[in-house]
Amino acid sequence: MRPRIALVDYGAGNLRSVAKALERSEMEPVVTSDPSVVRDADGVLLPGVGAFRNAVEALEKAGLADAIRNVTDHGRPYLGICFGLQLLFDEGEEHGITTGLGRLAGRVTRFPEKDVDGSPLLIPHIGWNEVRFEGDHPMLASLPASEVYYFVHSYRPEPTDDDIIVGRTDYGGSFAAAVARDNIFAVQFHPEKSQAAGRRLLDAYRRWLEASR
Amino acid sequence: MALRKRIIPCLDVDEGRVVKGVKYVDHVDAGDPVEVAMRYDAQEADEITFLDITASHEERGILLDVVARTAESIFMPLTVGGGVRSLQDIRDLLNAGADKVSIMTAAIKDPDLVCNAAAKIGSANLVVAIDAKQVSGPDEVPRWEVFTHGGRKTTGIDAVEWAVGVSEAGAGEILLTSMDRDGTKSGYDLEMLRAVADRISVPVIASGGGGNSADLATALDDGPEGGHCQAALAASIFHFKETTVGEVKRDLLAAGILVREPISSADTN
Repeated sequence: MRPRIALVDYGAGNLRSVAKALERSEMEPVVTSDPSVVRDADGVLLPGVGAFRNAVEALEKAGLADAIRNVTDHGRPYLGICFGLQLLFDEGEEHGITTGLGRLAGRVTRFPEKDVDGSPLLIPHIGWNEVRFEGDHPMLASLPASEVYYFVHSYRPEPTDDDIIVGRTDYGGSFAAAVARDNIFAVQFHPEKSQAAGRRLLDAYRRWLEASR
Repeated sequence: MALRKRIIPCLDVDEGRVVKGVKYVDHVDAGDPVEVAMRYDAQEADEITFLDITASHEERGILLDVVARTAESIFMPLTVGGGVRSLQDIRDLLNAGADKVSIMTAAIKDPDLVCNAAAKIGSANLVVAIDAKQVSGPDEVPRWEVFTHGGRKTTGIDAVEWAVGVSEAGAGEILLTSMDRDGTKSGYDLEMLRAVADRISVPVIASGGGGNSADLATALDDGPEGGHCQAALAASIFHFKETTVGEVKRDLLAAGILVREPISSADTN
């Protein structure tokens, strides 16, 4: 049986490419905005679209914020992509300070205007960049030490606690491109847009789901 | 290792069919954009861009269908531009599966559109395309103006100032095409690319004139003679099987330009 993944739809955009990527890695996506479907799935994936404030509001309005809080506290393996990573933090500063779901300690802030060498930093961070994996998490067992993925974002997480960082990328200094804790694994880049490298990450997610059944 | 520079094949799409580059994809059905996009995905091109040149806005549904079918078939970023008139057009394309939407004439007619669209969808998904021509004489300080209608109509707007304005208004990327060089394969207008790239703090995609790997390498070069761009649109370089994504990437790496390592299937046409 293919693991059933609740693909959380909060009305902010197209979920087809994420769904297709899950199918390619032998999972069964269920696009849903029903909290009970989210609770009962084998895994939960929150993909990345929209600005922080709009997305948090949309999730709260759809009654999905609590479902995500429950899942990330003690539910099935959660994979966050882009915004699905950002909303787990305490707050985001896009269009003013917005309270996030507070599952991970820290903030989501805009990239600095200057790079570490003082030269201007181009924002958004768009394109393919390297993620160096580190630390300890079941997902990492089936991933290479480093991999190049596709990014497109202007804000990035600043965790309070470095221990949750499992992947780092250099842009305006090193930032947390992947964070994890227990049943949470979340990435700032887009595996569904990252060709073979993205597929390897989603394959790793499937293995993690199978191992934690 | 830093952010990689990007190679972006561009397909002109007319009423749902590819109209440039049809001939070189002889084993692909007469220019189905979905199949051509899948081939570039297999070669691991860094992004792909569709430029819709369909004359009638009433045929918009055809493009949306092509975008939807393409987005389900590839696992790479897709930008769509051409004939985008309103915030609703942008939304329709994103909902169909485009990752980024490129606007041009609509931004000139309604400069608030850039600001409004950025607020609604975020800058990261919003590209402003600029078609520019040099208007200064040989002995004057170089100056470029924004043109529309395929380079036939001038707007009188200074291209560099326009790029500064739209990037401050919320454009996440600038697609800068030299209408003097477009289709000539005589190399990019490096002076213009530099003039824009050095003034703004969003990525610039070089377009117009790229004829071979060496041209792309110069457009992406950050040195004093380079174009200082983050990405290069390659509209015709892959046509007629002249070259492959893999070959171009190897040439760029040899020239000291940081791009993604080519994969083994990157040379399969």
